[in-house]
Amino acid sequence: MKNLLEHIGMEPGRLHFSWISSAEATKFVEVATEVIQAVKDTGPAAYLIKKRAEVA
Amino acid sequence: MLEYTEKIRTIARKLLEKGTVDVFIGYKKGTVAMMNEPVLIRDPSDVDLLHWDSHCGLNLCNYLTRRTDRIGIVANGCNSRNIVTHIIENQIKREQLYIVGVPCTGMIDHRAVKRAAKNREIREVSEANDTFTVSGNGFEETFQKKDFLRTNCAICLHRNPVEYDEMVADPVPEQEGVNPFKDVEAIEKKSPDEKRNFFTQLISSCIRCYACRNACPLCYCPTCFVDESRPQWVGKSIDPVDTMTFHFLRAYHCAGRCTDCGACERVCPVGIPVRQFTKKLNKDALELFAWEAGISTDQRPPLDVYRVDDYNEFVK
Repeated sequence: MKNLLEHIGMEPGRLHFSWISSAEATKFVEVATEVIQAVKDTGPAAYLIKKRAEVA
Repeated sequence: MLEYTEKIRTIARKLLEKGTVDVFIGYKKGTVAMMNEPVLIRDPSDVDLLHWDSHCGLNLCNYLTRRTDRIGIVANGCNSRNIVTHIIENQIKREQLYIVGVPCTGMIDHRAVKRAAKNREIREVSEANDTFTVSGNGFEETFQKKDFLRTNCAICLHRNPVEYDEMVADPVPEQEGVNPFKDVEAIEKKSPDEKRNFFTQLISSCIRCYACRNACPLCYCPTCFVDESRPQWVGKSIDPVDTMTFHFLRAYHCAGRCTDCGACERVCPVGIPVRQFTKKLNKDALELFAWEAGISTDQRPPLDVYRVDDYNEFVK
């Protein structure tokens, strides 16, 4: 899924996958920090964002 | 390829008369040139409707889903791989089927022919060995078949059926030295911006008719995610974002299942090369899981089994 989305033009820093157990608080913090930093570096999203009003 | 027609008719007649099958699924000549239609035959006296030439671009596997009768079916390389996929996904039982294998040298891209005929109306098409002739009001032109193969046929590596009960002819030689993923590699080299532009342009003419989904033998869900309204997974408007969502999700549902039969592209009324989405997934399936869909009924597809050494790099 990540490969396909990046293939159609999503920036590599935007999409993250992780598996964190409810017992892994430290890992959760690490991943969250990493994701936030990566997304901030990537900048505001412009792709796959609907700008027209939702009609359906 | 033309002599296959007689052979297919003979086999179908035999199967229906003997009662080996209840119905025989094949192609018949369409009412419009270069557009062969699927046909289901129950009466042995109708077998002369059956036809085979280089315009059998639809996938007959579509008509197998959840049938309960005994079926005879014509299958070339990609169609036979879809039948295998149907079998491993429990949509049909192998015992119900009598597969008539057809070695295939590729199907002709009707759009390319129309362009070459300068968009004049083609009324008739005939075929002889490696050439075919199209004619209409005041013109007749002969082309080489190899120059007009559909793009998926030009890169096909499985021309012969993988699963069959009877073959109509000896297997044809498989193509060698073909890189099926040349175009995907070219896109992979682009920057995210260029990729985005490329795909946005690609689907800009999409009218969301869902013909690609309907023609696809993999799309047999009772309710497709695009038709579902509770919850509504994807917007139904022709907003480019909704359209893109439809296309990449449709493709993703085919991950590890697509045989690149090209039916989706053939039926697109506006000629979008929708295989650009599924091909990336085919490439990933091959590179990350060493998997090609529909080769054997004994192996489970990669998205359906867990292996400790599964590709895992994207998970933190």
